[in-house]
Amino acid sequence: MDVVVSQIFTGLSIGSILLLAAIGLALTFGQMGVINMAHGEFIMAGGYTAFVVQGLFENAGVGLLLSIPVAFLVGGLLGVILEMTLLRRMYHRPLDTLLVTYGVSLILQQLAKTIFGTQGKSVETPTWLQGPIELFGFDFPKTRVFVLVLAVVTVVGLSMLLKATSLGRRIRATVQNRQLAECSGISTRSTDRLTFFVGSGLAGIAGVALTQLAPVNASVGQAYIINAFLVVVVGGIGQIKGAVIAAFVLGIGQAALEKIYDASLARILIFVAIVLFLQLRPQGIFNVRTRSLA
Amino acid sequence: MKFLTSSRFSAFVPFLLAAVVLFVLAPGILSDFRLNLLARYLCFAIVAVGIGLAWGSGGMLTLGQGVFFGLGAYAMGLHMKLDDAGPGRAPDYMPPTTDWLPGWIEMFRSGPITIAAIVLLPAAVALVLGLATFKRKVRGAYFAILSQALAAAFALLIIVLGSQSGNYTNGTNGLSNFRSFFGYDLNDPVNQRMLFYLAAGFLLVMVFIARQLRNSRYGELLRACQSSEERVRFLGYDPANVKVVAYVIAAAMAGIGGALFVPIVGIITPMDVGVAPSIAMLIGVAIGGRGTLWGPVIGAVGVAWAQSTLSEQFPAFWTYVQGALFIVVIAFLPGGLASLGSVIRNARGWWDDKRGRPAEPPVAVTDDLKTDVGSRV
Repeated sequence: MDVVVSQIFTGLSIGSILLLAAIGLALTFGQMGVINMAHGEFIMAGGYTAFVVQGLFENAGVGLLLSIPVAFLVGGLLGVILEMTLLRRMYHRPLDTLLVTYGVSLILQQLAKTIFGTQGKSVETPTWLQGPIELFGFDFPKTRVFVLVLAVVTVVGLSMLLKATSLGRRIRATVQNRQLAECSGISTRSTDRLTFFVGSGLAGIAGVALTQLAPVNASVGQAYIINAFLVVVVGGIGQIKGAVIAAFVLGIGQAALEKIYDASLARILIFVAIVLFLQLRPQGIFNVRTRSLA
Repeated sequence: MKFLTSSRFSAFVPFLLAAVVLFVLAPGILSDFRLNLLARYLCFAIVAVGIGLAWGSGGMLTLGQGVFFGLGAYAMGLHMKLDDAGPGRAPDYMPPTTDWLPGWIEMFRSGPITIAAIVLLPAAVALVLGLATFKRKVRGAYFAILSQALAAAFALLIIVLGSQSGNYTNGTNGLSNFRSFFGYDLNDPVNQRMLFYLAAGFLLVMVFIARQLRNSRYGELLRACQSSEERVRFLGYDPANVKVVAYVIAAAMAGIGGALFVPIVGIITPMDVGVAPSIAMLIGVAIGGRGTLWGPVIGAVGVAWAQSTLSEQFPAFWTYVQGALFIVVIAFLPGGLASLGSVIRNARGWWDDKRGRPAEPPVAVTDDLKTDVGSRV
């Protein structure tokens, strides 16, 4: 019983990282069809932001908490710069954005190696996050609870943004029917830019969360980007709930298979499972209904 | 003389030129060391011909060609290691106590089976993934992501197979220290030269196959699938079948490129077949011109040459160059260098326009590169 609970919990925390990484992708991919391979490097940038910000404060806890909004800004700004310089001229050929952003990701990785070195930088865990916490009679590491809570708060915040604000309405309108949204007076250009800001900012938050599980290094984005994209593929685009379910299912599946086999074999089995799943639901778990062919 | 100007003949002029360069010029002026490097580049060019077919003509952004390259390479590598070990004995990297090998390793002892596997293994994997995705109308970015995930999984699989007790693939160290290639001593420079001719010959054959496919009715259909799958479907064809054929052929070509890579370079590791090398195989194709016949070949050789020249001295610098190439070429020159002429004409037309002169009609560069991902969003 203990093993089952702890594995489910490990799965939930893997899932929450995946969710934080994937939800920004689901937003930008769903709205603009852009496949941003540099999203992983925005995660990395978030992690390094936590490292730098924490270095400015005596108190590790204050530094860590403050680095969350700063990392959101850093990730978001990187995303907006990318959108304004490169991606906006490529909306008519979305598949090519994958390769262009891959080039950006190569350059960002190498920059990080040059600036921070190839050794991983560890971000200090504040004392109030050290050790286990007892819940329902089980001991859970506090850092993993922190990551889970951070993911839940972020997702709730994002769905509030999408549901209740005018930006959210504009985003949903653009996802559902771009032309009609434009006809209704929505500036899809500025909506696209804001979506990119929010989506990339969430990657920055994912980076901060990651630092509490492992030191941040230049290839951390690479490790998460493919799985994050698989979450988007499985979850379907344009809706948050698909990404939430897919991230936690993949996370728990990964944790369970890792326990039974090993980490490498688990990833292979998950890949096979995803291809099989797409036979049943090629559009993912949820999808926004559109009237286009496909 | 009429024969010389006829279109049937002029279509083969590039082949003639390439044959002269590869079989006369290059061996004549290059040292053995340089010739071996060129042979390595030709292996990537063979892969590039297939990518040109699948991606350039068919619009399938395949990010996992390293898998097929690796299947061909490991099939050849296992055969050569088993051959070196001698009949009934295990390769030198396996534990010395190994007295039994599983059937799927043992079968690579046979030369004919290995040669068949080099083509059939990649083709079979591509067939399964292609059918599983295209038949369910999973395409565009979804297919690209799945093919990339396959590359990640495959590199891990090779490592797993080497980390267990049997050590079948030698894990992250890969297969190396080959002594002979189908009985020919690999240390003999004459045999190294033969390997170069072999790679050059295979390259020309692959380009010829690609040319015949592109100029056939099938080629028309494949390009039609890239422009609009729905219209192809309305005309009564199944786009999935059309695309799977191109994908399978591209996979087989990558397998052949990988199989030649092993005796020429002398080592194959999981690092050569993972996610990063798989995407790197695309950049040469994009630079040369993904929609053209010879562009991918020239681009792949050029990029491989630049990489081995630059990355040996400045590895970090090469990463920047590679990243910049992806950005500049794909964003600003999507037709590759082959389209440079029309891009310049366009720019000149724009310039003439400004000065009040009549402009040439604009040449569409990016029109045929559109995909229909946008329409499903």
